[in-house]
Amino acid sequence: MKALRKLYAVIKKEFRQLRRDRITFFMIVGVPIGQILLFGYAINTDVRNLKSAVADQANSHLSRQFVAELRQTQVIDLRFAVETPKQIEELLRMGEISVGVFIPPDFDRRVIDLHRAAAQLLVDGGDPTILGVANQLASMPFGFDSQPDIARVRTFEVRPYYNPERRSAVNIIPGLIGVILTMTMMLFTAVAIVRERERGNLELLINTPVSTAELMIGKVSPYILIGLIQLALIVGVGQLLFKVPVRGSMLDLYLAASAFIIANLALGLFISTVSRTQFQAMQVTVFLLLPSILLSGFMFPFDGMPKLAQYLGELLPNTHFIRLTRGIMLRDASLADLGQELLVLGVFAMVALTAAILRFSRRLD
Amino acid sequence: MATNTGLAIEARGLAKQFGDLVAVDHIDLDVPKSRIYGFLGPNGSGKSTTIRLLCGLLTPSSGTATVLGLQVPGDAAELKPRIGYMTQRFSLYGDLTVYENMEFIADIYALPRTRRNARIDELLEQYDLVAQRRQFAGTMSGGQRQRLALACAVLHKPELLLLDEPTSAVDPKSRRDFWTKLFELAHDGTTILVSTHYMDEAERCHRLAILDRGRKVADGSPAELQASTGMNIVEVLADDPVVAQSVLAGLPEVTSITQLGMRLRVLVPQAVQDPRELIDAALEKNRIPADISVVSASLEDVFVAVTQKRKAA
Repeated sequence: MKALRKLYAVIKKEFRQLRRDRITFFMIVGVPIGQILLFGYAINTDVRNLKSAVADQANSHLSRQFVAELRQTQVIDLRFAVETPKQIEELLRMGEISVGVFIPPDFDRRVIDLHRAAAQLLVDGGDPTILGVANQLASMPFGFDSQPDIARVRTFEVRPYYNPERRSAVNIIPGLIGVILTMTMMLFTAVAIVRERERGNLELLINTPVSTAELMIGKVSPYILIGLIQLALIVGVGQLLFKVPVRGSMLDLYLAASAFIIANLALGLFISTVSRTQFQAMQVTVFLLLPSILLSGFMFPFDGMPKLAQYLGELLPNTHFIRLTRGIMLRDASLADLGQELLVLGVFAMVALTAAILRFSRRLD
Repeated sequence: MATNTGLAIEARGLAKQFGDLVAVDHIDLDVPKSRIYGFLGPNGSGKSTTIRLLCGLLTPSSGTATVLGLQVPGDAAELKPRIGYMTQRFSLYGDLTVYENMEFIADIYALPRTRRNARIDELLEQYDLVAQRRQFAGTMSGGQRQRLALACAVLHKPELLLLDEPTSAVDPKSRRDFWTKLFELAHDGTTILVSTHYMDEAERCHRLAILDRGRKVADGSPAELQASTGMNIVEVLADDPVVAQSVLAGLPEVTSITQLGMRLRVLVPQAVQDPRELIDAALEKNRIPADISVVSASLEDVFVAVTQKRKAA
């Protein structure tokens, strides 16, 4: 009961200070809107090792050779062999793969027929880069050894899923939510404790009965609300200006965002406990922000990155959040489909908050 | 009127070292309850560090301290609700109003809500802050801020108040009013530990310790300290005090000379048989006319005497 009173006192104080801090207020509203307008275009790049599945219903000598050749291009990394296109769709929706190859039972005949595509490439069109790669794959020449050496018009028929109009904003904005929240949330709390130390408030605070956990949780809580306001702002502007859909459940999106926001706030708090000055805290924040943009799958397709970069990327909350937002907003995936990503964010938040509380010293030496 | 006996603070061999710097050098302290106890010393003498050690903000390098019967820093968490601390620098929130600051402090001490508002109103009245109730703390004068800081430090009615140079940024009128408040609090049973570098403030304490470069060089009531300087104070009123000072400075018996307008305060150890005669002869020889009288020691003389003694040693 007493703990709740104290926690509430810290939260109320934070809200009051926040309301009066014009720069912070600008950051809450200005940063998301500015960023959405700035990121109009995607940055494309060469892609390799896209996770993929194959449904080979022909199962002929030729179809097996075809799959082998596809693998040799190194563009796709075959992870699953399934039976039906339905299963490919399922894997796409779960985010397990970004490309699926469907080889129909009459594949051998189609290969000879120059007017029909021989097979189908099912693509997560949510990512325009992947879609571009798929289109390149589609023109890969293939045929019987005995066939006259003519370039095939179309080996594949490309079916972009989830983003049939191939607009990059559709892909950028779900990722941008993660980038904006990473930046603002981490920065807000990174300077929070350091600022109180610099202003001398902390020496008074640590001499009161307020506990470290009450102080930390009280400082973080108001920003959860602010993060959700930012989310609403980005999704709203995205829908209004770029017609970015939210195909999955809004509730799922907000739940996923809450976990992500808490993870970033906790990380910010931890930064605050290891920094001596506000400037240092901001430097560390920027140092963490850059990989969150470059290695999270926001800029470049995650599967196309070198292995080491992927391992680093897995350590960033933004990587997991982007998988969640793209899944929920574009592929109508549910939180249950993406439970693992949500779990990672939750664990991340708990670890960072615990580390911040343990790291925070109630002494001056 | 509280009739508490015993000690609020008891420290033995308390020391704090920062790297090579010895900030507090094995200090023993006995602070009686319901009294105003002063720390007198120049900047860097270890006043702030000692106060921080006593409220558990710093870990001592050696020695022990018992505050309100609790060990610090070990039992600091238990101690915190029972003490009030006023930092040297204003440490409340400049972007909150007077009332909001007090409300925040009251809430983190978990004052029951019904009592809280009455207590805040009472303090606003007592500390003459009613008109500033809705003013941002950051826009107030030094004296107003200091009253707010004290009001916040006593909100939860602590048994012990630790005040670190509370009057360093306020005008003389505010300082007087502040001390009136301290006496009221002590009268109601609060023990007050206050650091200062003002002699007049030190003189008002029930007891005080004089700190010099981390060491406690003297302690006792102001009267005791004044009686035990081991010095005679000779006051010299001369037409040309600067010349008189240069002559007297040449005497090996003289410990120190302080000029106050046309007067010189000359400290001579009590071992010297007739200090008046000594000064008189020296001035006569140089044909400097002067009125000479032996006066009682002020606290400043005590301060000069004990710090000089250590320098000589």
